[in-house]
Amino acid sequence: MAQKKLSIRIDGQLISAEEGQTILQAAKANGKYIPTLCALDGLTPVGACRVCLVEVSGVDRLFPACTTPIQEGMSVTTNSPRLTRYRRMSVELLLVERNHTCAVCVSNGHCELQSMATALGVNTVGFAYNYPKLSVDMSHPRFVLDHNRCILCTRCVRVCAELEGAHVWDVTSRGIHARIVSELNEKWGQATSCTNCGKCVQACPTGALAEKGWAVEEMVKKIGTVTSLVHRRGVQV
Amino acid sequence: MKKVKVATAWLDGCSGCHMSLLDMDAAIISLGRKIDIVYGPLVDAQEFPEDVDVTLVEGAISSQDDLSRIQKMRQRTKILISLGDCAVNGNVPAMRNSIPVSKLLQRVYVDGSEERKLIPTDRVPALLKQARPLREFVKVDFWLPGCPPPAKAILGLITDLLEGRKPEPTQPVKFG
Repeated sequence: MAQKKLSIRIDGQLISAEEGQTILQAAKANGKYIPTLCALDGLTPVGACRVCLVEVSGVDRLFPACTTPIQEGMSVTTNSPRLTRYRRMSVELLLVERNHTCAVCVSNGHCELQSMATALGVNTVGFAYNYPKLSVDMSHPRFVLDHNRCILCTRCVRVCAELEGAHVWDVTSRGIHARIVSELNEKWGQATSCTNCGKCVQACPTGALAEKGWAVEEMVKKIGTVTSLVHRRGVQV
Repeated sequence: MKKVKVATAWLDGCSGCHMSLLDMDAAIISLGRKIDIVYGPLVDAQEFPEDVDVTLVEGAISSQDDLSRIQKMRQRTKILISLGDCAVNGNVPAMRNSIPVSKLLQRVYVDGSEERKLIPTDRVPALLKQARPLREFVKVDFWLPGCPPPAKAILGLITDLLEGRKPEPTQPVKFG
């Protein structure tokens, strides 16, 4: 059955989109760019990073484009000084929360958080740095989990549960104490449900999940291997 | 024309930002016609002068000495710039921040040392509890991240200031 068509405006332009689509999907289908970090094609959107915030006219608060479904007559603004301010703030808060030492990171130069900061013109951070003491899990024979670089985007959780079907990863605790854990907080190397497929590593936007054996700047993620798999399987989200 | 007084400072950093500053090739000669470097590791001056126009600071604030120096520089400078990641966000020097200072010194100078197992106290400034970015201690006017920031970006920033413009990056600036 054909999807019902809805008429919305994105940045003033009249667009016909399918009912059930999110603002982000409708924008993408019409060549409109909205910056994102936690979103990944084919995975359930969660609205974790707050980088894709947009304005909806008539409503004062901002909406994450990745999780907000479109409605008939909706008018969306994807870019404004206010949005840039809030998007920068989101990235700055991610940068202060943990230890993103780009200069010595395996993902330096190939990191989505780093390039988002650049794209948004973040050249300093207005909040006090947290510098928490965080662990690094080296127990897996092929991969590393470095909590210092994790932004809790949960791409690893979703790609493992939804694409690989193993659901090794989850999030434990709340707020500043939240951490990615494998199985019931086991060491990754002891996680018997892990198939060693590496999808979580390729989907991770930062250096939080990486292959072993790479030095600074050497970990280039093959995110296409994950998204192409989505398209091959025809996963509808 | 009166030359613009520029100072540079090397706090808790590796001097890589100063290397990058020197890496601007022939441009440094024409720049030298417009500016006087009045203080910093590249010149001899012992005391930070009274009326500096622009100060480029490399490194995080990591010791008691860094702290008193940055406060004096701020008082005596019109425009203060955080040069490079250490000055902007702490970067590598801040990697010690979750380790208590006493444990850190013990590990490096006693446990990690083959001979003369002694924590230095004489003529070395006391470490602060953490290495932190400049802006947490003094007002900073502009930031140029990078490890190090590219020479062209440093040149662009200084040129903008010399020509009375608000510095706008000519190329994307990035951490790391």
